[in-house]
Amino acid sequence: MTSALAMSQPAISEKVPGLKAQLRRAERLRKLKAIALVAPLAIFLMIAFVIPISNMLWRSVDNSEVMQVMPETARLLTEWDGKDLPSEAVFSLFAQELRDSRTGGGLGRIGRRLNYEDPTFRTLLTQTLRVLPATTETTWSETLQSIHPRWSETETWLALQRAAPATTDRYLLAALDLKRGSDGNIERIEENQRVYQQVFVRTLVIAGGVTLICLLMGFPLAYLLATLPTSQSNILMIFVLLPFWTSLLVRTAAWIVLLQSGGLVNTTLMTLGLIESPLQLVFNRIGVFFAMVHILLPFMILPLYSVMKGISPVYQRAATSLGAHPFAAFWQIYVPQTLSGVAAGTILVFIMAIGYYITPALVGGPSDQMVSYFVAYYTNTTNNWGMAAALGTFLLIATLLLYLVYHKLVNQKQLIRN
Amino acid sequence: MNMKNTLLNTRKTALVTGLAIATASLALSAQAMTVISFGGSSGEAMQKAYYAPFVEKTGKTLTPGDYNGEFARIRAMVETGNVGWDVVEVESPELVRGCFEGLFQPIDWAKLGIEDQLIPEAVTECGVGSFVWSTVLAYDADRLEGTPLSWADFWDIETFPGKRGLRRGAKYTLEFALMADGVSSTDVYDVLATEEGVARAFAKLDEIKEHIQWWEAGAQPPQWLVAGDVVMSSSYNGRIAAAQEEGRNLAITWNESLYDLDYWTIIEGSTQVEDAYEFIRFASQADTQAVYSSNIPYGPVNPAAIGALSEAQAKRMPTHAENLIGAIAVNTDFWVDFGEELEQRFNSWATR
Repeated sequence: MTSALAMSQPAISEKVPGLKAQLRRAERLRKLKAIALVAPLAIFLMIAFVIPISNMLWRSVDNSEVMQVMPETARLLTEWDGKDLPSEAVFSLFAQELRDSRTGGGLGRIGRRLNYEDPTFRTLLTQTLRVLPATTETTWSETLQSIHPRWSETETWLALQRAAPATTDRYLLAALDLKRGSDGNIERIEENQRVYQQVFVRTLVIAGGVTLICLLMGFPLAYLLATLPTSQSNILMIFVLLPFWTSLLVRTAAWIVLLQSGGLVNTTLMTLGLIESPLQLVFNRIGVFFAMVHILLPFMILPLYSVMKGISPVYQRAATSLGAHPFAAFWQIYVPQTLSGVAAGTILVFIMAIGYYITPALVGGPSDQMVSYFVAYYTNTTNNWGMAAALGTFLLIATLLLYLVYHKLVNQKQLIRN
Repeated sequence: MNMKNTLLNTRKTALVTGLAIATASLALSAQAMTVISFGGSSGEAMQKAYYAPFVEKTGKTLTPGDYNGEFARIRAMVETGNVGWDVVEVESPELVRGCFEGLFQPIDWAKLGIEDQLIPEAVTECGVGSFVWSTVLAYDADRLEGTPLSWADFWDIETFPGKRGLRRGAKYTLEFALMADGVSSTDVYDVLATEEGVARAFAKLDEIKEHIQWWEAGAQPPQWLVAGDVVMSSSYNGRIAAAQEEGRNLAITWNESLYDLDYWTIIEGSTQVEDAYEFIRFASQADTQAVYSSNIPYGPVNPAAIGALSEAQAKRMPTHAENLIGAIAVNTDFWVDFGEELEQRFNSWATR
């Protein structure tokens, strides 16, 4: 017996590798198939999300303009102590690289970058280039200083030095109303320039308010939709979806027509004698809430509806038959079951609201503009993409943080329930 | 032109732009001169006034196209050396930026030979003015009792009670505030360049802050005036003229208005420079400019064109001699340099 066993063992172990290899091959094939199936999505996500977002994050600290256009000057300037004027070598390299920057669009890039340090820098560069000689008989430092007295001020060269390193935190700081003082410490900017901290708070307040109103209005409506007979609920559903299919701009414009001083709402109220003079309902915060709630409401109703539709009425009936007050049955039995719909709806509405731009721009006043308005301003009007990226970065961080907190809260609630 | 377009128009324009790229790339192979404008109703007027007559007169081919002011497109063309456009209409801030960056060829005014025929602002280093538009004080003559004559009257809440419309932003607003505070129109930019001047402008704005309704799109001021939301407003003159043609009794105070130009530029690297000069010369003549301005209420840069217009049309032109009294040109260099800082300060002020 023992010998037979001993003999049969090698035979088994010979077969095992073949089987294992086959298994592995089958496994591998399945994996490849799975990868091939998700590959389009993964590639799409890479191209449409990961790359642009990392690009945006990078732009918020990118400071490579001067370094790319004037590599030698930038290198020497980072070594300069900043006390006296830089050496002749810096002047000479600067003159040469400034002249070269005219080709290939480099001048525009450094001009824009240096203007953030000092709004008159672009003009200084233009004036200098206009008369800059190809060669000099004296030294370049004398030539430049004779062209414009500002080249003999250390402040001018300090501005260049600040723009020389590859990265900077100036955009991120500026997006929080902060800056680096002359001693290098972070300090708040002058009071009459401060705006972004308030803009971030305002964005969160508006988005939060809109979400809350959407929830309060959407919950009963979704409940009605889910409990009515199908024929009636279908008609109601069309009313919910109809605005959803209309262009956002048309809906926004429609609110302006309704709410303006001579608009339908005000004239009706005045004809009825309810008010003496027109109410200011648009081009302020009220108008923003009206228009945004209207546009975002379907995004709250639809997830709520789909969850409520799946909830069996039996539980609530059971609770009532066991003696619970109808409201208690609703609140303790029904509402907890809708929680996943509430979570999906609020997060959807909130995240969409936080990035709103065109609606507040059209129906809000100057103190109702949200972060995206400023992102658009820096991107389109002034071409300051560093600033736009920095604001976008903080918006992204705020959204992610809120999402995490929210996710935790909802999960805990569900845990407790279970 | 971007700002003059309504936001609603943007999508349509984007579509048209797509078509324009297609036409522009076709044109490249045929070696015809490509002229790019902002399209829309201005582009149609240009077709009638400049493109068609130019082809007819010279027998040269010309490919018109339009774009939406995307500066990045021009920059990409020049940087890659693949220049498909020859003559391009740009707004003044882009002219200043592009000239600085070397994207436009410097204009040889001696060669063009029309310097003395145009208004001074039309003559710049890299661009030739194509038309003039203006930001003016507008009001509904049917509703307002009395006639506001200046920005000081605009600020006068007691004589002219009611809300006022101003563009949401620092540009134009700060100039108007200083003029209302008694700064003469010729000194506005000198005063605004100082810290005290900026503080003075904001202090003046404080006086009527609660009475201002801020507009964003150029279509809003005439609409608000007609609806009675505001009693007077700053507005682009073209928008008011359009409302007047619809029969609205809107009126314009030209005193202390701010005018700005769009420019023709020749892209650096263009191979059709001779034709480009000929086209620009043609488009700057009094008779062609008169045809353009009779189709759209933008003022000719060649003042002689005014005489060829009807009396009613001539009076709507920013460059009509009477309308130029007390008016100044927007200092684009100033706004390119200080715009960002002042806009931030404006937003900070607006929230307080």
